[in-house]
Amino acid sequence: MSSINRTLPGGVRRDIALTCLAVWFIGLSYGAIAVASGFPLWVPAAQSVLVLAGASEFLFIGIIAAGGSPLAAALAGLLVNARHLPYSLALPDVTGRGWRRLLGTHVMNDESVVFALAQDDLAGQRAAYWACGLGVLACWPSGAILGALIGGFVRDTNAFGLDAMFPAVILALIVPALRDRVMLRAAAVGAAVALAAAPFLPAGLPVLLALAAVGGTIRGRARR
Amino acid sequence: MRDSTLIVAGMATLSAGTYAFRLSGRTLRQRVTFPPRAQQLLEAGAVVMLAALVATTALIKGHGFAGFARPAGVLVGGVLAWRKAPFLVVVVAAAGTTAVLRLLGVP
Repeated sequence: MSSINRTLPGGVRRDIALTCLAVWFIGLSYGAIAVASGFPLWVPAAQSVLVLAGASEFLFIGIIAAGGSPLAAALAGLLVNARHLPYSLALPDVTGRGWRRLLGTHVMNDESVVFALAQDDLAGQRAAYWACGLGVLACWPSGAILGALIGGFVRDTNAFGLDAMFPAVILALIVPALRDRVMLRAAAVGAAVALAAAPFLPAGLPVLLALAAVGGTIRGRARR
Repeated sequence: MRDSTLIVAGMATLSAGTYAFRLSGRTLRQRVTFPPRAQQLLEAGAVVMLAALVATTALIKGHGFAGFARPAGVLVGGVLAWRKAPFLVVVVAAAGTTAVLRLLGVP
């Protein structure tokens, strides 16, 4: 941590801390929602450590809770997590070697990648990546476990509006990308297709159908 | 009620596959040059899927309409995010709006 203190400006350290706090907070809602959906505590606890990618974990829990099969839920989660491949293509060498590389690969997520890419030199990128990655690794599971413990006592988590939290979080994360007009149109078409299909298809599939439906839209932009 | 062996299998698939995604970009980069178009498509596809996820989780419960309180909260959060409000404000405002609406008797 001392190298992090030396390499990162105070503003970046504060932003990383705030981001990790937000992640902890969402972890609370994740654990509570998982338990409220009928899962035992060990499911969100193990997922939060082993998968360490919030959106896919929410989706996994949501699909199974809606009656989908766990394998279909895993495949839908994998599709959501496929973005980690372009992430790891885009990242400079921030992970180091040996066991550090194993751990450094695991803590790759939306937040750590964003903070790493925002720094100017490799030393700063490494420090930001590890600070945010380890911060999320600490906050996401601890939030999820505490949330699952609290959720066990709360009769109706919906009374606190926790069910609105997940879509709001994802929306907040994609808003910067939606400022691109073509992207916004593609996202709107995808959302409409998914909504139209939701009454008829098993959970998870409408989201995948959205992807297929807008493939043409995005290809159109690339050709232009 | 639920088969926990199947759930464990699903969890193992998801966590192992996710780790493979995180690892494979670097491994790939050492061997082949990845066209930037493919990268763009993957990223755009992720955003579209996440947008569809937002729409369905905000509006749908099971196979029907989830009621007004939840999408209203998400909408408030979305407007705040668009106006660059801090992340925590967005999340708390979304949950708070939905909670208050339900308190007032909105389904």
